[in-house]
Amino acid sequence: MRRRSVLAIALALAAATLGCRSDPPRKGPPPRRDVTIFAAASLREAFTELSHTFEHAHPQAHVVLSFAGSQSLRAQIEQGAPADVFASADEKHMAALEKAQRVRAPRVFVNNDLVLVVPLSKARTLRTLADLPKAERIVLGSPEVPAGNYAAQMLERARRGLGADFRARVEAQVVSREPDVRQVLAKVALGEADAGIVYRTDALTATDRVAVVNIPIEYNVVARYPIAVTVRTQVPDLAQAFTDLVTSAEGAHVLKQHGFTPVGEKAASP
Amino acid sequence: MTSAPARGGGRRPLFGVLGGLGGLLLLFLLLPVVGLVSTSSLGDVRAGLAHPLVAPALRLSLFTTTLSVALVVVLGTPLAWLVARSEGRLARFVESAIKLPVVLPPAVAGLGLLLAFGREGFLGRLLAAQGIGVPFTSAAVVLAQLFVSAPFFVEAAISAFRRLDPNLLVIARTLGAGPLTVLFRIALPLAAPGLASGAALSWARALGEFGATLMFAGSLAGRTQTLPLAIYAALETDLRAARALSLVLVVIAFVLLVAVRSARSSASEQREPA
Repeated sequence: MRRRSVLAIALALAAATLGCRSDPPRKGPPPRRDVTIFAAASLREAFTELSHTFEHAHPQAHVVLSFAGSQSLRAQIEQGAPADVFASADEKHMAALEKAQRVRAPRVFVNNDLVLVVPLSKARTLRTLADLPKAERIVLGSPEVPAGNYAAQMLERARRGLGADFRARVEAQVVSREPDVRQVLAKVALGEADAGIVYRTDALTATDRVAVVNIPIEYNVVARYPIAVTVRTQVPDLAQAFTDLVTSAEGAHVLKQHGFTPVGEKAASP
Repeated sequence: MTSAPARGGGRRPLFGVLGGLGGLLLLFLLLPVVGLVSTSSLGDVRAGLAHPLVAPALRLSLFTTTLSVALVVVLGTPLAWLVARSEGRLARFVESAIKLPVVLPPAVAGLGLLLAFGREGFLGRLLAAQGIGVPFTSAAVVLAQLFVSAPFFVEAAISAFRRLDPNLLVIARTLGAGPLTVLFRIALPLAAPGLASGAALSWARALGEFGATLMFAGSLAGRTQTLPLAIYAALETDLRAARALSLVLVVIAFVLLVAVRSARSSASEQREPA
């Protein structure tokens, strides 16, 4: 039970102990300084790339990345985990931390939209959102997970054009509500589910096994990703510098390569 | 490393060290339970139990674990009997093979089950041709539980059968009892406490099963979302419900442990007069 959270807490504790070690003053090159980034699971590839860029520009800095579901990261920060920067996949978790005075001045830096993924073998029968109820087995994120929450909103909006019973017809075929969005993708990639709703960025990591079906823009829900420096950071300069990199034109370029929509590029949802 | 330590002199400090080390582990093992109990009030538990996830998860967990334990006992007892009665190399191999699920990480077990019973799996393909789909059903929950919990029962049953006095079985045969009569009238009643404690352990393991279930059966309230999966889902929204569910699991597990103990002690009492 709760294996992931237990592991996360153990890791956070370990990180905390390591962080407490005070380096003795030395001569020679300046000591290495860690900056710890907590980021939503969907940012893994983009942030890993950005961390290399950052370390190149700040040779004394070492970027420590921790990826998990936004809700788990939020819980870890609430429990005092030593994060310097938090990047969330939805504004709700960031707002909660801001209200608790754990983070300062969050900024939305990127958008992500939902897509349908289907196994390549079903790509010919499931071609549009309207075909979704034809899928025998549909897998969604659970309502607590941002991706599951967004999917529910999207299905609700789709009732306008695809029939009042559209959402009910889809939900009748749902066989599982997974605790994180990559599990949804995995079950479609394994061919066990006929369709899933994930972020575009997740779908792009598995195009060898799944086909991506776009969701009409009038129904789609845009996930807004905010980033913020934590209040308790010990390295405010590095934390701010990393945040600046992510929100810079260079950061936007990298994020775009990984399927994100940089803010302001396409009209985001109101 | 003094040669010839004094009889009573070295004992006390040694006892202190051993007690300290052992006590440390005991404390560590009990701490999470203390944490669960001390941070929830009775009101919390009541409110938590009223959470909409709780009732379906509790019902599903009781239903599926009862079924999986029944399967474990019905299928595991003959296997354990055969293994315990034979000395051959095959029996040795079976005895080792049966332990495999204990050492496999649950996620691996789940993936393995998915690759065997899934649509693209070798068995799943045959079943799919008959219109039967196993993954994402309550049947998948039972299979995952069966997989991870069977070894606990079979191992306990093998050792219970081995502890039987072989003379009793031989004498019964010489008095004209057939092999089935020996099994049902003599071996099973005598080994019953050992079997019962194995079944209880196996039930506890099935009840706590998480990783393989999530992988193979998914998580859908009322169909595949068992207690541990519901705890995981509740953790992300309602810590109170998660704690209440966890307490329910702790209580059930504790009751099972007590049942195992009393079964064991009644077994040793039975053996005393022999």
